[in-house]
This record gives sequence, structure tokens and C-alpha cells, in this order.
Amino acid sequence: MATPSSNPADAAISAEHLVRRFGAVTAVNDISFRVEKGEIFGFLGPNGSGKTTIIKMLTGLLPLSEGDAWVQGLNVRTDAEAVRERIGYMSQKFSLYDDLTVLENLTFYGRIYSLPAERMRRRIDEIIQLNGLEPYLKRLAAQLSGGWKQRLALGCAMLHEPKLLFLDEPTAGIDPVARRQLWDLLFELSGQGITFFVTTHYMDEAERCSHVAYIYYGKMIADGTPAELKQLPDVQPAGTERIEIITPEVTRALRLARHIPGIRSATIFGESIHALVEDHFNLVDLRAQLQKDGITVTDIRPLTASLEDVFVELTYKHQALLEASRA
Amino acid sequence: MPNPFRGFGAVFYKEVLHVRRDPGTLFFSLLIPLLQMTVLGFGIDTNVRQVNTVVYNADGRQESRELIDRLKNSDTFHVIRYVENDHDLNDMIISGKARVGIKIPVDYSDRLIHQMSAQVLVLIDGSDSSVAGQAINVTTSIGLDESLRRSVADQTAPRAVDMRPKLLFNPDSRSPNFFLPGLTAILLLNVTTFLTAFAIVREKERGTLEQLFVTPVRPFGLLLGKLLPYFAIGFFELCNIVFFMRFVFRVPIHGSVLLLAFLSLPYIFVSLSLGMLISSKAATQGQAMQLAFLTILPSIFFSGYIFPRETMPLGFYIVSYFVPASYFINITRGIILRGAGFQHLWIDALALFAMGTFLLVIAARRFSNKIIMT
Repeated sequence: MATPSSNPADAAISAEHLVRRFGAVTAVNDISFRVEKGEIFGFLGPNGSGKTTIIKMLTGLLPLSEGDAWVQGLNVRTDAEAVRERIGYMSQKFSLYDDLTVLENLTFYGRIYSLPAERMRRRIDEIIQLNGLEPYLKRLAAQLSGGWKQRLALGCAMLHEPKLLFLDEPTAGIDPVARRQLWDLLFELSGQGITFFVTTHYMDEAERCSHVAYIYYGKMIADGTPAELKQLPDVQPAGTERIEIITPEVTRALRLARHIPGIRSATIFGESIHALVEDHFNLVDLRAQLQKDGITVTDIRPLTASLEDVFVELTYKHQALLEASRA
Repeated sequence: MPNPFRGFGAVFYKEVLHVRRDPGTLFFSLLIPLLQMTVLGFGIDTNVRQVNTVVYNADGRQESRELIDRLKNSDTFHVIRYVENDHDLNDMIISGKARVGIKIPVDYSDRLIHQMSAQVLVLIDGSDSSVAGQAINVTTSIGLDESLRRSVADQTAPRAVDMRPKLLFNPDSRSPNFFLPGLTAILLLNVTTFLTAFAIVREKERGTLEQLFVTPVRPFGLLLGKLLPYFAIGFFELCNIVFFMRFVFRVPIHGSVLLLAFLSLPYIFVSLSLGMLISSKAATQGQAMQLAFLTILPSIFFSGYIFPRETMPLGFYIVSYFVPASYFINITRGIILRGAGFQHLWIDALALFAMGTFLLVIAARRFSNKIIMT
């Protein structure tokens, strides 16, 4: 796990041993991480694992119980006010004014950040250009589709030219095309040097991040680039490899596969089964065994771990640890 | 033939669960009628008692003191102050501190001793016709009784004590004149407390409030920005109500309309702050509605709008001091009916202003502490 080593003022975000307790519950338990400037930092974890709590701590909305954090070089304990001037935040659900038009929403946010008239005009023009909002300026926000609402929300969050944007599940509930377009926009902005802190449940989005972290019940259990995480020993234990069994009869095949010696775990992925098997496991034998039970095997081939595999493995492992510690 | 009642059992089961999950709503809907009943049951006392009374005893001798004692013993009058001149006597009534003023002339005892008839002036605030009627009846009968006692002792004496009631303000006892100025206070709550409470709770429901807190907006900036438009709306509505009262219901306004406008500002301020406080507590517009109703009820029952405050049981009377409408009703009735001026009403305005500031500070603190946390 990467711990902050160099000067916290150089990072976009530097969190050191963050703890947040609500009464007897520890929602965030000793979490440290560092987000470099210009990164797209994907923050993942099951619902209720503490993602939103950490965003609130980093944006100065929630006091830290313990630990310290710097955002854009400013300490959130002492400079929360200044932090809020320099960040943008887009919350989980659409939280703009439905009964205001697109242009009115943008103007409202421009005033909140007290942009001078000239700069506000220029910024609103830029945002409209960048987010393609031109045709909708006079439309009420309520009448926009999910994807356009998110573009407007993003536009409002970045009107004051923050160098760091917190996006809390920005693509939840919008269609795949809008999702793809929003990510294209994020990449474009990232290219301009803006740092993104993004929470998501979508694995394909996680794969697009330059840096991902995974938290589970208030503990951070993975932190690194997607490629690094796939090499973790917990995910790919020594002496094992991953295979993919492609078959039209996945359910029945899975039931059988789980009883075949040498297969450590198996899960269905669409029309295939992903399995973790011991090294030198004989794939020809496996095919023969499945076919003997009447299953059509289209193909069996080696597979590299996906991020989903990574998180599923890590979650199982930590679930087991959690249960063991409770027992 | 399909069963037209299909699903009844399931829906019934689900509805019972909803009610059990939301005890707050049930509590309010059961509590409010009970509260209303308690208030109406204890509060309505058609026998007007303990009317605030001011006495100017210019005579001051034995006979005059006896008369005052008899008035006090009647249970109708509660002497709150003795004054030394006509000006103070009038002032006490105009400012609303007393509803009845009794003036015993300087030659009262002399005239009685010389077996002449003595007149006692009884000034009555006629704005509330039930109070006025009771005051007239009781003083007249005490006068008759006093005269009778004296004539029993001395057959030759004329009708000795002559009580002369004089209705000040609202001499024709029109009830719109009495009720409409008070109603102004209640109606104004609708556009101030309710609108502000809803305006903020709506932001909570939509999540826009949370979004705002991540920006440099500070609680006081937020609250003041929210408050001011509704302040203007509240003031505009007050003007409408006063216009209607004057020109449609023909209630004469004896005092200064400008003063009424000016002294309504602290009341609007209190009602808005109350709305803010409600919105800091309520999570949904439904809850805001319930809480707002809890503020409307005391404004109707404890403010003196329907029942004179003096005749309330002690507990309710104390409560009435914490109800902003009590002060504003005194202001509206004072200006409209009694022609009161700033010197009579500044204390009510000050009380309202203090309440408003207090509520606003609490609301702002709750916003900065609580809302952010949730």
C-alpha cells in the first residue's frame, strides 16, 4: 500500500491515517493515500464502505476524528474554507435546480464563487463549448436527460476552474452512450491537468483510471494502478493461473466445475466461466470431463485477471478475515 | 369473474407497516386534535374574568377605596395599576396594557356625604365586544348595588353612585373591526413561516443543499439570501391584507398606516426565522408542514386572537408571552382600533425583534452544525 512519503503539498490529495467515527461505529479506519496532480483516481468499494464519508472529510464537510489531509496543498482541518474555493464537487444524485434553466444554473454557480462579470461570461462560454450544452441553454434542467444533467452538473462544478474535481458516482443511472461521452470529457479535462477523484461501481470505468483504490468496511485494501493490482499475490496466488471456459451451458458447467479437483474458484461471466486453477492443471482433461457430462465446450483459454476479479478476490479474502476476527 | 377486492389483504398489511414505520406522522395527527381540544376546553371561558384594569382615584378617601374594593372583588376586574392623571389613564388603555380604566372624581366622597349623586367614569376598550359587554354589565350593577345599599340606610338619598361607562374605540362593536386586525397576524404566518420552511426543505430533499455546502457559501449568507425574497413577499402580502381590511371590510384605521407597516417588519422577521428553524429540523416537506402547523395553532389560540389573553388559565397565559403573534396582534389592534403610536408599541416591536434574532441565530447554528453532518 502506498503511503505518503514526499511533501503532502505537492500532491493533489494527501491523506494520512484518516479516521472517522460516528458514535461507536468507525466508518473510516486509518486510511492513507496520495493522489498525484493530473491523475484520474478511481475510488471503489461496496455501498456503505465509507466512500462518501471520505469525500466529505476531504471537502471539509465532516471533521476528521483522527489523521490529517491536504487537498491542493491546503490542510482540510485548518483551511476548509480555502479548500472549498479550489475544488469542484458533483454529488451522487443530480443536485442542481430543476426549475432553473441550464444557463441560470451556470450563472448561479458563477455567482456562488463570486466570479467577476467578465470572467464569468468567458467561463460560461467555455463550459458551454466543452460540454456541448449550446442547444439546451434555455431549457429547464428538469427536462434534460440523465446524461445531459450530468454534463450540466459537471459544468457547474468546474465553472470556477478548480484543479481538482470530486465526482461521486457521476455515471450512476445514465445510459452507456452518455457514460462513454462523459468519460471522454473527463479524459480531455485530465489532459488539461485537472485531477479527478471519482467513485464508481462500474469496472470498465475503474479500468480507465490511472490509479485505483478499493475500500472495504472503512479499510483500504488495494491501492495502485490497475496493472499493479492485477499482479497482487492475493489476486493471483503463486502456483495458480486463470482460465476462461466458454460454453452455452454456463450454469450447469459451473455446478460441475466447482467439484473438479484443482479448480479453486469459479464464477460466471456472461457466456463463460472464469476460474482460478492450480498451475499445470490439465485443460485437455477438463474439457474431456465436461464433455463427458454432456456439456458443449466452445473453448478453454488462459485469462489475465480483470479488475472485477481483483475486487471480488480481495472482498472474499477480507470478508473471511473480518468473520475470523469476529469469531 | 375476477375478485374485485383482490389485493385488499396485501395492501392492508403494507399500510399497517407504513404507519408503524412512521410514528411521527401518527403522533402529530393524533396529538393535534387533542391539543386543540385541551386549548379550546380550558381556554374558552365565556365568563370574562380578571380584565386588566387601571384606576385613577382622584379622591382617595374611604368611600372611593371601598368602591375600588368592590370592583376588585367582582372577579371581573384585575387592577394592574393606579395612575395619577387622565393622560396616564388613557395611555394605559391605548397601549393595550389595560382594557378598562376607572376614574373616580376628586369630589366623590364629598358628594356622597352631602347626599348628592356621584359619577364614576368607566372607560372601556370596545375592540373586544365580549369583554366590553361584561365590563359594562358588571360596573353598572356594582353602581346600582352601591346606590341600593346607601338608600336602604337613608331613604331620602337619590341614586347615589352613577357609573358612566364610555366605550372607547369600535363604539358600534363591529366584530370585523375586532377580528380582522388579529387575523392579519395569522394570515401573515402562511406566507412567511410556511414559504421559507418549504423553500429550504425542498433544497434538502433535492440534495442541492449538500451541493451548496461544498461551495464557499456560508450558513448566514445562505439563510439571508433565502430570507430576503420571502421578506419582501411577506411585506407585500401585509399591504394587501391591510388594503382589503380597510376598503373591502371597511375597518377604520385610527392610527398611522406607515407605523403599522414599519412595526410589521419585526413580525415578518420572526415568522421567517421560525420557518428557517423548522427547515433545519424537518427532512421532508411533509414534516415541515406538520411543524409549521404546530406554530400556527398557538398563534391562533394563545395570542389573544380569539380568547382574551387575560382570561386564560395561568399556564396558557405564560405560553402567550412566547407566541410572536401575541405581540403583533397588540400592534395591529393598537394602531388600527385604538390609534396607538410608537410610544405605546415599541416594546412589542422590540420583543419581536429579539425573538427573531434569537431564532435566526439558532437556525444558522443548526445549519452549520447539523445539516453538514448528515
